[in-house]
Amino acid sequence: MLTENQDLTLNHKPGHIKHDGHNMTGFIIFLCSESIIFFAFFVGYSVLKISAPVWYPEGINGIDVKMPLINTVILVSSSFVIYFAEKFLHKKNLWGFRIIWFITMLMGSYFVYGQYVEWSELSFSLQSGAFGGMFYLLTGFHGLHVITGILLMGLMLLRSFLPDNYEGGEMGVESVSLFWHFVDVIWILLFGLIYLWQ
Amino acid sequence: MTIVNYDPRLVKSKNPYPKGPNDWKRFFSFNTDAKVIGIQYIVTALFFLLIGGLLAMLIRGELITPPSDLFDPTVYNGLYTMHGTIMLFLFLFPILSGLTNLLVPPMIGAPDMAFPKLNALAFWLVPVFSIILLLSFFVPGGPASSGWWSYPPISIQNPLGQIINGEMLWIIAISLSGISSIIGAVNFVTTIIRMRAPGMGFFKMPIFIWTVLAAQLLQLLGLPALTGGAIMLFFDLTFGTSFFRIEGGGDPVLFQHFFWFYSHPAVYVMVLPVFGIFSELFPVYSRKPLFGYKFVAVASFGITILSLVVWVHHMFYTGTPMWMRNLFMFTTMLIAVPTGVKVFAWIATLWGGNIRLTTPMLFCLGGLFNFIFGGITGVMLATVPVDIHVGNTYFVVAHFHYIIFNTIAFGIFAAIYHWFPKFTGRMFYEGLGKVHFALTFIGATLNWLPLHWAGLLGMPRRVASYDPEFAIWNVLASIGAFILGVASIPFILNMVSSWVRGKSAPPNPWKAIGLEWLLPSPPPHENFEEDIPTVLNEPYCYGLDKPFVEDEQFYIEKSLKKH
Repeated sequence: MLTENQDLTLNHKPGHIKHDGHNMTGFIIFLCSESIIFFAFFVGYSVLKISAPVWYPEGINGIDVKMPLINTVILVSSSFVIYFAEKFLHKKNLWGFRIIWFITMLMGSYFVYGQYVEWSELSFSLQSGAFGGMFYLLTGFHGLHVITGILLMGLMLLRSFLPDNYEGGEMGVESVSLFWHFVDVIWILLFGLIYLWQ
Repeated sequence: MTIVNYDPRLVKSKNPYPKGPNDWKRFFSFNTDAKVIGIQYIVTALFFLLIGGLLAMLIRGELITPPSDLFDPTVYNGLYTMHGTIMLFLFLFPILSGLTNLLVPPMIGAPDMAFPKLNALAFWLVPVFSIILLLSFFVPGGPASSGWWSYPPISIQNPLGQIINGEMLWIIAISLSGISSIIGAVNFVTTIIRMRAPGMGFFKMPIFIWTVLAAQLLQLLGLPALTGGAIMLFFDLTFGTSFFRIEGGGDPVLFQHFFWFYSHPAVYVMVLPVFGIFSELFPVYSRKPLFGYKFVAVASFGITILSLVVWVHHMFYTGTPMWMRNLFMFTTMLIAVPTGVKVFAWIATLWGGNIRLTTPMLFCLGGLFNFIFGGITGVMLATVPVDIHVGNTYFVVAHFHYIIFNTIAFGIFAAIYHWFPKFTGRMFYEGLGKVHFALTFIGATLNWLPLHWAGLLGMPRRVASYDPEFAIWNVLASIGAFILGVASIPFILNMVSSWVRGKSAPPNPWKAIGLEWLLPSPPPHENFEEDIPTVLNEPYCYGLDKPFVEDEQFYIEKSLKKH
């Protein structure tokens, strides 16, 4: 069939742009931006602490480090555990991935539980001066990220039971894993700032 | 020689709209096409320009006489706060997102943005936070009244004790606007990094793309700081925390740091794309290559980096130590270097050119003229002694309106006129456009030039009444503001009637070089679809014997065929 368009010819092979596969790039850019909020809070904490004549609320000399230290160990090691889950996935060992992935979720949940226990035992509140506000703001905002991470992991776990979902679709798992490392690094900085610098 | 099969049935099946591309309902739906989203952004933003302009005219109406006779001073506080907030967050940011959405994919030869659904989400947040912001007029106590920068302790006073108050709605609206901007920025940066046409290396990108990349990286780096500050302000206002309360061990100046760490770069987020627009339009309308292409491109990133370390110049008079003042005076003045590079490059481009004074070119020239003036007063303000003398007077107001309206809005109007034929497929009426330019230029100059004198004489900003000695400058300014109000009439008339029944536009009415001008007007849904051109040179080779893309003739002929 001859059409009026057929006299148009292209002397070179036209380029082609892939329509997908940008998710990781976008997600990394987003995480960089997200880290600035934490950075702003950290700077705020440091500035207020340095300039305050009395930092802790009345009747408090510092905060207990033991319980948060256990929490830290759990969260940091979960970052290694999630790495092995990813490895199982790349080796197409789905059940290995699911089990290790679930263990990471349990470790994250333990961290949230530990945070809850710590909060309920503290004698100061959100309104107890600049320190009280900063403490709950930082730990709370980080805790929200941990909870988000656990929910995202749950989503990925459910997705792994859908048929044919991991034919080259590891991007979601890799993104969540990256997010988990991000949450982990933020916690290490936060731990140093609030608990070690007293 | 490859012969591409153009079976018309194949081409038609790509059309995503069952009712044809001219179905107007797509502008009111969750559409993921960047060109639809761009127009949604622009039309929404222009609507809010009218609302913000109405508030501006109310303010100028109040200030035409020295006593506060038109409004109660409390109402006046709400008026200027909302005027600033609406103009920045509901007009300028959305309209620039709109232009960026329209221009980035065609200019780099991409079919669409990298994340079309997120793109639509970013747009639909605009009406949501706009409604939240406008609703604050109707809550007890009225809208936020502490100025667009919302400094504590004034912003966290909440005298009526209402949980839902104007300030709270303001913070929520600003945070949602921030989320929308971050989604947009992730999208733009990913699109520009990953989806350029083959052959388009960084130093073959149009300057507009360079400036968008620089501006959006600035959003990603700066905006989270404001979000952090806004969260803390929200807690102080609503939950009684003491981040910024001095009686609880907090520090109100800390908020100023959070605020200006973003809000100063925010000016560059807005002005950088306008620099890009200038760099695109001057070569087209003077038929000369852009002078110093690589320097203009790199200067955008010079501005990005420097603008992150200048914010304290807004705080010279809020207890800033002397070493910090000197440091930030120095960095602020340093910004004049990359901006100066651009200004000289534009003037050199115009020099000896074959200049066509079309409406977009007039807006560009007017914008450049005003930018040089506003830039000079900017360097004046960067000097610590001058700033302490005129800080918080009308000199500052006049200076930033020279940048934000007389430069940025002029550039935006230029862009709207320049690319109107491309994206609507219709020509606008040149005569009405020139009337719009003349009224805008006269109104803007009359509005803000006299206020420099009022400020130098010491008239403070944000006060509803003033000493009669400032009356003459204020009468002139008010007349200018009303002329600006009138200027919107030929603009609206032009846009609406041209879009409805204007002459149909050829693919390249300005004889411009650029990937977007190789597409039909309006471009098809996925721009170049399967035939993405291979770029050979930067798009400024006017009068040079350098081809722009491989097989240019093929694309020109294809764009001339009705799709």
